[in-house]
Amino acid sequence: MAPPDDDSVPKPLLPQLSRRAFFKGAGASALSATLAPSAHAADPSPPVLGPEPAPLTLSINGRTVTVQADPATTLAELVRNHLGLTGTKIGCDRGACSACTVWLDGEVAASCMTLAFDARGRKVTTIEGLAKGEALHPVQRAFVENDAMQCGFCTPGMVMSCAALVDRNPKCTLDDVKQAVSGHLCRCGTYPNVFKATLAAAQGGGKAKGNT
Amino acid sequence: MSTLPSSPDTAHAQQPGPSHSPLHAPAPHESGLKHTSGEALYVDDLPSPPGMLVGHLVTSTHAHARILRRDASRARELPGVHAVLLAEDIPGDNQVGPVVHDEPLMAVDEVLFLGQTVALVLAENAAVARRAAALVEVEYEPLPALLSIKAAVDAGSFLTTPHVIGRGDPDAALAAAPVRISGECMTGAQDHFYLETQASLAVSGEDDTVHLWSSTQHPSEVQAIVAGVLGVGRHHVVVEVPRMGGGFGGKETQAAPFAALAALGARATGRPVKVWLNRDQDMAFTGKRHPFWGHYEAGLDSEGRLLALNVELVSDGGWSTDLSHAILDRALFHLDNAYFVPALRFTGRVARTNLPSNTAFRGFGGPQGMFVMEEVLNRAAELLGLDPAVVRERNYYREAPAQLTPYGQAVEGNRLPRIHAELMASSDYARRRAEIEAFNKGSRWTKRGIGFQPVKFGISFTTSFLNQAGALVVVYTDGSVQLNHGGTEMGQGLHTKMRAVCAHELGVPPERVRVMNTATDKVPNTSATAASSGSDLNGMAVKQACEVIRERLRPVAARLLQAERGGEVDALAFTGGRVFLPARPERSVSFAEVVHAAYLAQVSLSSTGYYRTPDISYDRVAGRGKPFHYYAFGAAVVEVEVSGLTGEHRVRRVDILHDVGTSLVPSIDRGQVEGAFIQGVGWLTCEEVLFDAKGRLVTHSPDTYKIPAVGDAPEDFRVALLERAPQDSTIHGSKAVGEPPFMLAIGAVTALRHAVAAFGPSRTPVELASPATPEAILRAVEVARAAGALPDGKD
Ligand code: FES
Ligand code: FES
Repeated sequence: MAPPDDDSVPKPLLPQLSRRAFFKGAGASALSATLAPSAHAADPSPPVLGPEPAPLTLSINGRTVTVQADPATTLAELVRNHLGLTGTKIGCDRGACSACTVWLDGEVAASCMTLAFDARGRKVTTIEGLAKGEALHPVQRAFVENDAMQCGFCTPGMVMSCAALVDRNPKCTLDDVKQAVSGHLCRCGTYPNVFKATLAAAQGGGKAKGNT
Repeated sequence: MSTLPSSPDTAHAQQPGPSHSPLHAPAPHESGLKHTSGEALYVDDLPSPPGMLVGHLVTSTHAHARILRRDASRARELPGVHAVLLAEDIPGDNQVGPVVHDEPLMAVDEVLFLGQTVALVLAENAAVARRAAALVEVEYEPLPALLSIKAAVDAGSFLTTPHVIGRGDPDAALAAAPVRISGECMTGAQDHFYLETQASLAVSGEDDTVHLWSSTQHPSEVQAIVAGVLGVGRHHVVVEVPRMGGGFGGKETQAAPFAALAALGARATGRPVKVWLNRDQDMAFTGKRHPFWGHYEAGLDSEGRLLALNVELVSDGGWSTDLSHAILDRALFHLDNAYFVPALRFTGRVARTNLPSNTAFRGFGGPQGMFVMEEVLNRAAELLGLDPAVVRERNYYREAPAQLTPYGQAVEGNRLPRIHAELMASSDYARRRAEIEAFNKGSRWTKRGIGFQPVKFGISFTTSFLNQAGALVVVYTDGSVQLNHGGTEMGQGLHTKMRAVCAHELGVPPERVRVMNTATDKVPNTSATAASSGSDLNGMAVKQACEVIRERLRPVAARLLQAERGGEVDALAFTGGRVFLPARPERSVSFAEVVHAAYLAQVSLSSTGYYRTPDISYDRVAGRGKPFHYYAFGAAVVEVEVSGLTGEHRVRRVDILHDVGTSLVPSIDRGQVEGAFIQGVGWLTCEEVLFDAKGRLVTHSPDTYKIPAVGDAPEDFRVALLERAPQDSTIHGSKAVGEPPFMLAIGAVTALRHAVAAFGPSRTPVELASPATPEAILRAVEVARAAGALPDGKD
């Protein structure tokens, strides 16, 4: 299954904001709200936000941005609708297709399953921020050279996952690539070329950048 | 450890020769850099025009009901709501049926499926729209609903009259046949699951005009339907398609209702309106691949040669006609697949149910028809103890006129015997089949299987007049080119191919050609980008438009080069961005210089192009004609491994040899073959569309509906394009590729049957349902194992 839900992966791709962590967190707070309201009251929890829009400051693609956002806004909605970064796509809006993959502190995350407010204090990288100026990430270039896209809708998400892999493990194998894109759906069936492109990028010396 | 999918012909793919032509060479995706950098814009990515409203659909909660009351007054009062529209607010026709006018845009007094639009909320944002939608009151009186083909057939509920194609006396031939097989089979629905859901943005302008950006394969039809709904001339409506995040047939007719709702909302409010469906809405509201039920009676000789075949097909059209007629026709046209049947009767009819209206999907009925034939041949092989590949080979079409298709067309240029021989050798079929037999003898719980699948697929819209296309080529005085053509880009690489054709004809580098958004004000009255015909039809139109311009430039270039003597003008070469006499290549002028000189000489620098496919027609009443311009061929060898404990399977290796003529752009055609195959495997093995007893779609998201993921792609995938195979009278010798390879996936079913049979004694009849999900495989394995159980209960 997808790396985000697999505990056996030595270095989880989604260490902090996985779907499961999200659900766990949401479930736990719901539980405490229903079963232990008094304990909750005593808890010095952060001030409650919403439902009205509240100011939110985020680091996105190396820039600090401040927006007014409804606390229920997902990171995917925020980057697309508030910031005009429409390269991040929404394919299912429920963490099942990975089209919306971005990086949080250099690790991949499903932005449709991440509340924008939970990205505070973390470095968000979207597909628009992957290239360094005019210099494409090796995975971006390799995707074009290996024709690893058809309709292109799943491509930004795929590129983010493959780039994270190549950065983390420039010696990655085919199995590593398969693991890295196992949560991604591509209806056009470009998987074979995605494998080729990612391995080509790795062999061409995709440079490790660490957590940007 | 998995192996890298190999690509045998990448290494020696043709490179652009000295002519610098971009044709017949691998090419990067026309929008490749934009896709990998996130800059490529789809409809939902376009910057929101000021004041844009969200259009949200209020839909029926019953599969079939009378509407007793509709009241939107409470919803209209909600702050942030600009309008709630009902059917009576439609200024023109409340009708979006593409062929038969049986599809109201909004229901008035009856709903015919769960998810039918009853009202449209227009609000400032999606949250307000959803709240308002909950306040729209609709009172229903539920009516009995038909939720399966069987229920519809029993109730006599049909959308069409029977279509019959026949030859000879099949009943007598059946009675005389040494081997007879009869049975029923079903193929299931398939959701398109284009990654980009349905989306339309409408902006109204002066004089009651509206400009739409729509994710559609058929902008001209969207234009016509929007004009009808608004009650204006088509000249008041412009439909523009940036690109689609996949279509697969699901945006051929079914983008139109959502575009019409957006346009209606824009007209009513004076504001721009976007209608975007989320995944769950998209899956619940739109139609799918038609499920087909088939009943067959086949007669064969003892060596597996077909002597007679009667087939009755019934498809599930859903609540309205949509394209169901043509889809059923194509299923009947492809029942024969690659095989000659001397005596036959094929009958088909579309049932009407209370489910979403089923529609075009890659293959357009072809896969559903072919599946029946392949089931017959698989069963025959199992019964006779023959290799299913041998049975297929024995039945291939031989030369015309002795052997014609059931509808009387000759199978000209049949490449299957050649493909069969080449693929059998390159895939090492015989040795691997023997190895698998040995493996299965020694393995109790894991069995392997191998399947061979040939495909013959007819190319052309079977509604003959649709086979036409247009283009508009515009050259600017700096020598740069804008290319407009009637086709839409949905990932199939059409724009990349059309750019290559245009660059080749004008002799300029592809970078000098910009492919424009498909738009109805540039190229009018187009056919859908469908039926795999996009490159065939539009390519010819593009070529023609470019030729007109090139021939106008020729005398101008000749003057510049002082090459105006007899024969020299016609000999001028346009290539690599320069014009020259091939005999004197050292003296050349640039394309831009020629263009500029032509402008000064008052020569027109733009031209339209037009093409229609010659000599095709079909008489539906007689069941005779030549519906196809030509046939595309291909074959696959598929190897699988099945677990008898869980019913799960893996696709271990796939070898494909596919005929695309002389490929326009081999890298694209390879991608189409791979993608189509994977999608076909999805239809046949993991994608299962389920409705509950009330007609509600249960599988409305990727949580419950499984399309092939990384792990479902073949572990070892070897795709080759047939070499030295130019096709007559097509664009530069190429052939259509979008749909035909989809059906190669039926080879996976043959392989699975082989593996399942190995759980029983030899010649075990296999009962494998479609899709062959793990549950279905496990049931089939249990049946096979039971057949092998000894009377005392031991295995
Ligand atoms: S849109 Fe986020 S996983 Fe599908
Ligand atoms: S390229 Fe179309 S979904 Fe992946």
